[in-house]
Amino acid sequence: MTTVDLQNVSRWYGNVVAVNDISMTLDPGVTGLLGPNGAGKTTVLHMMAGFLAPSRGTVTVDGTPTWRNPAVYRQLGLVAEREAVHGFLTAREFVHASAKMQKLPDPKAATEWALNMVEMAPAADRRIETYSKGMRQRTRVAAALVHNPQVLLLDEPFNGMDPRQRMHMMGLLHELGDRGHTILFSSHILEEVEQVSGTVQVIVAGRLAASGDYRKIRRLMTNRPHVFAVQSSDDRRLAVALIGEKSVTGVEIEATGMTVRAGDYGSFTRALPRIALDQGIRLRKLIPSDESLESVFSYLLEA
Amino acid sequence: MSTVAWITARGLFGRRRALLLLPLPLLLVGLAGLCRAYDVRPSDWGTPVLVGLGLAVLLPVVSLIVGTGVLGSEVDDGTIVHILTKPLPRRDIILAKLGVAVGVSAVTAAVPLFLAGWLADSVGLGLALAVASVVGAFAYSSLFLLLSLLTRRPVLLGLVYILVWEGLLGRFVSGTRVLSIEQYVITIADKITPTALLESKVSLPVAVVMGGIFVVGCAIYSVDRLRSFSMAGETS
Repeated sequence: MTTVDLQNVSRWYGNVVAVNDISMTLDPGVTGLLGPNGAGKTTVLHMMAGFLAPSRGTVTVDGTPTWRNPAVYRQLGLVAEREAVHGFLTAREFVHASAKMQKLPDPKAATEWALNMVEMAPAADRRIETYSKGMRQRTRVAAALVHNPQVLLLDEPFNGMDPRQRMHMMGLLHELGDRGHTILFSSHILEEVEQVSGTVQVIVAGRLAASGDYRKIRRLMTNRPHVFAVQSSDDRRLAVALIGEKSVTGVEIEATGMTVRAGDYGSFTRALPRIALDQGIRLRKLIPSDESLESVFSYLLEA
Repeated sequence: MSTVAWITARGLFGRRRALLLLPLPLLLVGLAGLCRAYDVRPSDWGTPVLVGLGLAVLLPVVSLIVGTGVLGSEVDDGTIVHILTKPLPRRDIILAKLGVAVGVSAVTAAVPLFLAGWLADSVGLGLALAVASVVGAFAYSSLFLLLSLLTRRPVLLGLVYILVWEGLLGRFVSGTRVLSIEQYVITIADKITPTALLESKVSLPVAVVMGGIFVVGCAIYSVDRLRSFSMAGETS
């Protein structure tokens, strides 16, 4: 089990603070690094990957600093944002070169395994410069995966991929996460993060705005009412009963059901079944409608 | 051949800039051949062609194209990251790249210089020029490889060194010759086969010791710089 640890990490360029006092620990599984453009995601990734020295604080993989320590690449793979590949090589040559530089015992087998992982084997004998953006991206992922690293860092990995390739890449990251690899990928597209990972690290203006499962983060935002979509056998009667409940701050009746705002997530979800039972009303639908990553993210940005 | 050297060589010859290596050697051998064909006295053309074109332009410019090509181009387009994300000692990466740079520069410069020296005087002078240009290729390549890691404009800075430091200051300010690779090369060639066509301005010990310092010093500094290679984020 490999963990990546950032302790009080700051990075500044002259007078500009890019990353401000961030501490986080990445455990095995898939984590999304989320933030608007220019928030400092790439800076954080580069420090994790040993390509940038933290101005203050420490960045370690299993206790070993990543800066000026090439040995760390035995257990770490990086897919950088910049789409730079040796275009004059074929994908097979490119991944094979990575395997050889990793000094793997059987570079050929590792190459085939990695190419198959990203579904690039059929096109692997063409020069990389003839590939589409998505194929290049998958080739780079294969090169970063060839030594089966415990930690894989990906900077905006879904850029330029078509929907099918995107689905495949998401599946791949899931699979690696389930196998106990520590995967961190950055993105500014919420749907991507939402589909791949429940755990997020949200960076806003160089600071860690939130960390953990985004549904839990939402629940901790007690200053914002939680919104639920509710349908029952008698919405109007249920609305009357609910408004008497302390944790409920508002009810709206709509044609297809009702929207309930609750100040406290826990009290409301405990109270609702009790109230429905007392009133003899059957609940048909209860969906927290603002638990999406998008609403969590917009709340964090506004905060 | 190490994988790093293999990728470096493929990259070097896969780019169009490799074609830039051809004109100068052809020009040098062509000029020497013409002078020889028309029976021009070697004392009239030997120094301007061998030193003025061969040692002052061909050798450093070829080394500049190759020396900045083996690392600078990869730094520029970001492909260096693929090599750097491997658990390879940075020393091995620099040595592989330096090996390719020296090999290609030495062959590209030494062969035409050998031919031109032979046409101008004798096989002895040709050999002396070839050996000295190999030594020069080591020193120049180390210097230009280091420049690729120190600045985003290694070619420009390299040209300033060749044209301003060696070409201009080296001619008028005698003190600058101690730090001029061109002068070491002239001295070494002149000591191997003494000839009136070459005029050494630094002593052999200075040439050998300073040449060694250039090679080793620049290589060690390059290794250190590569260890601290930083990537600037594009979005942050």
